[in-house]
Amino acid sequence: MSSLEHHGTYTPTSGIGKWIDARMPLPRLMYDSFVAYPVPRNLNYAYTFGGILSLMLVAQILTGVVLAMHYTSDTGLAFTSVENIMRDVNHGWLLRYMHANGASFFFFAVYLHIFRGMYYGSYKAPRELLWILGCIIYLLMMATGFMGYVLPWGQMSFWGATVITGFFTAFPVIGDPIQQFLLGGYAVDNATLNRFFSLHYLLPFMIAGVVVLHVWALHVTGQTNPTGIEVKSKTDTVAFTPYATVKDSFAMMVFFAIFAYFIFYLPNYLGHPDNYTEANALVTPAHIVPEWYFLPFYAILRGITFNIGPIDSKLGGVLAMFGSIAVLFVLPWLDTSKVRSADYRPWYKLFFWIFVADAIFLGWLGSKPAEGVYTSLAQIATAYYFIFFLIILPVLGLIEKPRRLPNSITEAVLERNRASGAQQVTGSAAASPENRG
Amino acid sequence: MKNIIAMIGAAAVALTLSVPGAFAAEEMAAQPTHFPMEEPVEQDWSFAGPFGKYDKGQLQRGLKVYTEVCSACHSLKRVAFRNLEELGYSEEQVKSFAAQYDIEDGPNADGEMFTRPGLPADHFPGPYANEEQAKAANNGAVPPDFSLIAKARGVERGFPQFIFDIFTQYQQGGPDYIHALLTGFGQEPPAHLAVPEGLHYNPYFGAGVALAMAQPLYGEDVTYDDGTPSTLDQEARDVAAFLMWAAEPSLAERKEMGFRVMIFLVVFSIFLYIAKKQVWSRVEH
Ligand code: HEC
Ligand code: HEM
Repeated sequence: MSSLEHHGTYTPTSGIGKWIDARMPLPRLMYDSFVAYPVPRNLNYAYTFGGILSLMLVAQILTGVVLAMHYTSDTGLAFTSVENIMRDVNHGWLLRYMHANGASFFFFAVYLHIFRGMYYGSYKAPRELLWILGCIIYLLMMATGFMGYVLPWGQMSFWGATVITGFFTAFPVIGDPIQQFLLGGYAVDNATLNRFFSLHYLLPFMIAGVVVLHVWALHVTGQTNPTGIEVKSKTDTVAFTPYATVKDSFAMMVFFAIFAYFIFYLPNYLGHPDNYTEANALVTPAHIVPEWYFLPFYAILRGITFNIGPIDSKLGGVLAMFGSIAVLFVLPWLDTSKVRSADYRPWYKLFFWIFVADAIFLGWLGSKPAEGVYTSLAQIATAYYFIFFLIILPVLGLIEKPRRLPNSITEAVLERNRASGAQQVTGSAAASPENRG
Repeated sequence: MKNIIAMIGAAAVALTLSVPGAFAAEEMAAQPTHFPMEEPVEQDWSFAGPFGKYDKGQLQRGLKVYTEVCSACHSLKRVAFRNLEELGYSEEQVKSFAAQYDIEDGPNADGEMFTRPGLPADHFPGPYANEEQAKAANNGAVPPDFSLIAKARGVERGFPQFIFDIFTQYQQGGPDYIHALLTGFGQEPPAHLAVPEGLHYNPYFGAGVALAMAQPLYGEDVTYDDGTPSTLDQEARDVAAFLMWAAEPSLAERKEMGFRVMIFLVVFSIFLYIAKKQVWSRVEH
């Protein structure tokens, strides 16, 4: 329906406006994308995370650029330069805590954004490319987050980098050369730190580039909505401004309030104490754990403790870990159901929530030592993770009987409001007080 | 299909129930594998909570414990003498405090290194010339630098404690650990436990059954200028608070700013919520 070519309602009034519009209609593009752009009228707060993510990316880039002015990427100086930021740079502690916690909140938002997409079937035709672009953003975020964590050159930075780049050695023949290429040597050292810094600076701008494609694709297909049915008429939508703008702004402000609570009151809650000890290649920490947002994948990696035919457990773990991310890319083709929204798929809804619980459980297991019951639990949770994507989703679409879909978004809204009786339209607010719960 | 789900559910419940049993079995083992063996007891700190700030008197006492006892082995290299003004000392007091230290400087015009009295801009000099010397003097273990120790230690909180910590704003794992460690010496190790030669048993130590540091504080190790009785507990508490300050000097500023930022964000959120209600009242949604 809506697309970027449609010549919308933008009419420049000023002379300068007309002059620019005839030469490079950027204001028109902005107007059509963020003012007149039609959004479904029934979007809930789960749909506000896209906007929040865009802002978090900007926040990370801004704080990161300033931090880079004071940071030194030399193994002998990196830790001290970060401590100088904390102690001697004006409000350096604020910058650093914003950036470190910002990464966590960025991931927190992206997980909610991805779960939203899974719940409402946002990945289904015609939004497969939109979804894949999102997955690429997520992959780039993981690379950025991982390399960023190495920069302060604490114990967890060093050992986390050693363990994670070590995964690559699991691959036969090509494994060792890949690892040496990544590290710039045989072990994590100065060359590694320098290239990680360079890439950590570069990748967020690549993310920004893919976000542009992501939003472009979004504006071609339009957003999904909680009913999962497409926009059919003008009454199904409202204008982006003021409706989505004010709602997104409110959600952002609440999100920032929680973010600020962590920055100012719990700045080290999401970090690891070991990273306040300078990296030391001779002292291995008792438990090497990655940042919380990698923990589910870490649990999957360590869950594979058995050999499968010619694949030894180490390679198996690495393959399972990469597979757990790769499977997201093909999700549009694994789900065979024509119905998008889980609201109308009772069984999918159940398995979806089990999946969410499973992912959180895997995260918790990732923080535990890989021994005893934890390993067995990780194996069961990993099994469900893959069964969900590879068996439940394809089969469910064929056997599940979805609930009746409404004919249009407008109908769904009106029907629901009539049923609950709680919502009101201006002018009739007092019309039915007896219906109020 | 319902059966499958019931089975999955039953399996999950069974596994969850078996976990505590497995833990109990582990604890029976002769040599513990998880450290510390005992969790630190949470203490009351003036710098805890949303309005927390350092107690300057306590920091001054902690500085005294550090300089008179711990500094024999532990360095404090990221703290400058000028920072001590934050403990309530005047510029003059800081100058004369710094002047008590000999700082190596140079080379001078003749190419010679020389020592001179410390200046406020100098950092605390360490007790050893290098790590090898530190090791040689301490049974092979290096006494860690103290600049960040209060943030570099902390006992994992476990579920569900770590959820509650978000609401109680618990960030005092470091000072709690240090206080527990310093007051945890001198206990008889359980009979089955092998304490390696030359190490000192302490159930609160985070990396093993015993550590290379002998009990550093016994009580009455220093005489406080403000007349506070220098019991072991008091000394441990004061030096732990001082170490927290050394690791996080901006704590009070951070919490003060945080309060203003939170008020702003909450009020702004409320306004936006009202605006959102207003705008959306025009359409059913
Ligand atoms: C005689 C030298 C010596 C003195 C004096 C000393 N320490 Fe230590 N300290 C050590 C050594 C050695 C270690 C390293 C122990 C190890 O890793 O086994 C250590 C380690 C520590 C640790 C870290 C424990 C851990 O979790 O790794 C703390 C905290 C500590 N000391 C606090 C203090 C305090 C506070 C004082 C002053 C009241 C003090 N020490 C005085 C030698 C000393
Ligand atoms: C830097 C990270 C990201 C940014 C800045 C971003 C931004 C956005 C924005 C602004 C929207 C529109 C608002 C909304 O519907 O929430 C959107 C929609 C969408 N995003 Fe993202 N996104 C990011 C990451 C991801 C990831 C990792 C995925 C999935 C793997 C993803 C999948 C989607 C999908 C499928 C939509 C369409 C939503 C729908 O209409 O249902 N995005 N994104």
